[in-house]
Amino acid sequence: MFRWFHKLASLKNFYRLAEILLPWLAAICAILLVVGLYRGLFVAPTDYEQGESYRIIYVHVPAAWMSMFVYVVMAFCSAIFLVWKMKLADIVAEVSAPIGAAFTFLALSTGSLWGKPMWGTWWEWDARLTSELILLFLYIGYMALRSAFDNRRTAAKAAAVLALVGVVNIPIIHFSVEWWNTLHQPASITKFDKPSIHISMLIPLLMMAVGFKLFYIVNMLSRARSVILEREANTAWVTERVKENRL
Amino acid sequence: MNPKRKQKLILVCAMVAGAGIAIALLANVFKNNIQLFYTPTEVAEGKVPDGAEFKVGGLVAADSVKRIGDGLTVEFRLTDNGETVPVRYTGILPDLFREGQGTVSVGKLNSDGIFIANKVLAKHDENYMPPEVADALEKTKAAGESEKHGSNTVLMQ
Repeated sequence: MFRWFHKLASLKNFYRLAEILLPWLAAICAILLVVGLYRGLFVAPTDYEQGESYRIIYVHVPAAWMSMFVYVVMAFCSAIFLVWKMKLADIVAEVSAPIGAAFTFLALSTGSLWGKPMWGTWWEWDARLTSELILLFLYIGYMALRSAFDNRRTAAKAAAVLALVGVVNIPIIHFSVEWWNTLHQPASITKFDKPSIHISMLIPLLMMAVGFKLFYIVNMLSRARSVILEREANTAWVTERVKENRL
Repeated sequence: MNPKRKQKLILVCAMVAGAGIAIALLANVFKNNIQLFYTPTEVAEGKVPDGAEFKVGGLVAADSVKRIGDGLTVEFRLTDNGETVPVRYTGILPDLFREGQGTVSVGKLNSDGIFIANKVLAKHDENYMPPEVADALEKTKAAGESEKHGSNTVLMQ
């Protein structure tokens, strides 16, 4: 197990593994997103109360889940990097930040579009909305901090510390609707309870959720590959690949 | 584990714990400001800011919505199944506004104890279902209620 871990941690092996996995993951992701969107937008029944407007959940909810998931991945990798100095963990954290920021922005903007007709407001400073906005700022701050240093090692360390401190925001986002009274509704799908969303609406939602997750993985892997190439530009294995013209 | 890494691991854990405690203390201090709205009970107890704008949240009481005068002005009562607050609002109501629905009203109390709202927001719950399922639920609920002599089963979240 530990040997396998070490092997994966070598940038060369990771680069190769990602190369093999990428086309498969991308294909499954595309299928899930297309089928999930079609079933969500055209096949799933209308809601008894919100009518057609509820269909925003097929983008909004997976995006919001992913905005938190990506941050947790980022913080976890930052911890591994700080303690074990694993280069790969640093790279994964670095390339995850812009993807996470995009998911957060998507969740905020789709929520706002839905909020106007349903709640009657584009934005309300309730605990859920505000903590999600702070998450967006954390992502942006992380990227800014990283690019503020000339030295890559210093940048990586400082950014990792920021990612770790910011992780306290994740439980706040998740539990905000239970701890305080908010305009945002509580979760429809929890681990321990029967979901309070009808099964015909739930299945496309879960397809979209898995599709979004794969979208993140595909994006993260291909970005990580570019960063690995850049960092390992002077090594023998990269030179060899360049010579053989297969990057 | 080598001692240097162990030390770093402890440092990382302490950092996350420290940040967590700091935020928890802050959240505790600002507890009342983080709450989006006051409940009708809190309004009745006089816990609301005097003369300033604030928000009241609750369910729109059954059979309380009245349109008056120009057709744009609405009066209704907000309840948390304990106290109620009468609300007057002139303007366009959100799609989800209806009796029994959770809403948040923004405005001020006038001298007669009527809440003059300048904004009414609808609060949605976490239930999503097709209309047929909602109908079926409504029927079983109605049947159950007539057995219980029409007791009110609407609970505030």
